[in-house]
Amino acid sequence: MKSSQFYQTKRFIVKVLSALLIIVLCIIFLTPFIVMISTSFRTNADAFTQPVSLFPREWTLENFPAAMNVIPYWRYMGNTSFITVLSIIGNVISTPLVAYSLSKIKWKGAPIISGLLLATMMIPYTVTMIPLYRIYSKLHLTNTYIPLILPTFFGSSYFIVIVRQFIGSISDSLLESAKIDGANEFQRYSKIVLPLCKPALTTVAIYAFMNAWSDYLAPMIYISKTEKLTLSLGLQQFMGEYSTDWARLMAAAVVFVIPVVIFYIIFQRNFVQGVSTSGIKE
Amino acid sequence: MSKRSDTRRKRTKNRRQNINGFLFASPWIIGFLCFSLYPLVSSLYYSFTSFSPVSQPVWVGLKNFENIFTDSLVLKALKNTLFMSLVSTPLNLLCALSLALICAKKFKARGIVRTIYFLPSVIPMIAGTMVWIWMFDPTYGVINNVLSKVGINGPSWLLDPKTTKWSLVMMGLWNVGTAMLVIMNAVQEVSSSYYEAAKIDGANSVQAFFHITIPGIAHVIVYQAILNLINSFQYFQQVYIIIRASGGNAMGLASGGPANSILMYPLYIFHNAFIYMDMGKASAMAWLLFIVVAIMTVFMTKATKKVTDELGG
Repeated sequence: MKSSQFYQTKRFIVKVLSALLIIVLCIIFLTPFIVMISTSFRTNADAFTQPVSLFPREWTLENFPAAMNVIPYWRYMGNTSFITVLSIIGNVISTPLVAYSLSKIKWKGAPIISGLLLATMMIPYTVTMIPLYRIYSKLHLTNTYIPLILPTFFGSSYFIVIVRQFIGSISDSLLESAKIDGANEFQRYSKIVLPLCKPALTTVAIYAFMNAWSDYLAPMIYISKTEKLTLSLGLQQFMGEYSTDWARLMAAAVVFVIPVVIFYIIFQRNFVQGVSTSGIKE
Repeated sequence: MSKRSDTRRKRTKNRRQNINGFLFASPWIIGFLCFSLYPLVSSLYYSFTSFSPVSQPVWVGLKNFENIFTDSLVLKALKNTLFMSLVSTPLNLLCALSLALICAKKFKARGIVRTIYFLPSVIPMIAGTMVWIWMFDPTYGVINNVLSKVGINGPSWLLDPKTTKWSLVMMGLWNVGTAMLVIMNAVQEVSSSYYEAAKIDGANSVQAFFHITIPGIAHVIVYQAILNLINSFQYFQQVYIIIRASGGNAMGLASGGPANSILMYPLYIFHNAFIYMDMGKASAMAWLLFIVVAIMTVFMTKATKKVTDELGG
């Protein structure tokens, strides 16, 4: 009797402690977000006052319009959106074609390409960076968005792995009966497979959105003209050599991050699916 | 007669399938040739040449490699990168595993908790890095202000060569969402019948963890460990942003942070290529990196397979 009571108390304590641990971890993981949002509503003087307070001592909305004037914010957002939309289109067109070839057509090249997919994912960016830069600059394509958009029309190995797995789970008998009905390869692909892999393509579209929207490295290498910058490069311009206007920078960052967070929360299921199929995040 | 036409039909069918397969895969094949294979091969050629972005490559033999092995900054960059590999990788894995075990349990707010732990992994790196730079501010940053509340005089984080890399390690821990999700999936896939059998045999939860959970997810852990290691060799963007933020690299100035303490190997490649304009040396450095990553990738595939075979993950 006594021991069962002891057991119950012990269980209760374990429960409370683990709940506490989970909450503390949540707070730690959320801290940067809280700092970002809280700083964006402060006056710059408040941001540089010690001790740091959790909430702004004086709430202000001024940072948001001010941030839009420090850099040509809407222009950069337009540039970023343009690249993002075309990247999504490119990936959504190219990925399922290749994935279909690898999972539903029995041909000699399929196993070779499947093997090369992982290999290409592992090639360090620094290795391909110099020759590609050389080609693009010879073709006078630096300071255009072509180096950023063109590769998406040739399919990314990450996305192909995700969609290949999905198409592989579509039953062969469905395709067989279409074949007997006289549908050719492309009809089978476009009429049967494509409509069925909408969920996987949604995942691809979301990841393509995230990658293009957040991309820093490629724009940094290829884009230097002020009016052509993307938002991720634009944020850098808030960083002064001697001091940084943190309140405005954080306001600009909040507006930059919001679409991503909204997308993530709406399409969380696709994220989890994408990560668990490929085992990697690009 | 009919047998012959049968094989012929089969042959034309095979041929048609080969053509179709090739056509469907052609975007990737073209992309592979243009964006992977060609750069890879020409980068190898470039590593034996000397050139700047505006000049033609001139063959110099092994000179770039000689330069690399006598360059003290290469050694420094290697040391910094190795620090990230050896310190960050195990800590990241431990963090990801702990979070995964939490999220694999069934409790009320599980969905929200998982969302929060994964959220940092989806936000743009530039935004995340900038917030951390702000939080690391020695005077006005939130970290040192919290530390001072408990009586600790916080270090200068990104400004002090002694703490710069540890700051990067902390930033990295915030970003383990992907590994967490993959491990969590593996934990959930371990069949519950094993746990029931263990319970009947009188095993407690600690024993069950070490004898059922860990062997069940070992293959995923090994894969993630090596992947993390490979990624640590390519650690670049965060340090680039941090250095830019402190005024370095702004006007064609190559900086590796305070006392070059966060000069990572890929960053030094970038400096060589685009600031010192020595693209030959940069290519040679990049190829050395590629060889290491290639060996690690083969090792990753083999090790994961071996663990899967032995433990039946």
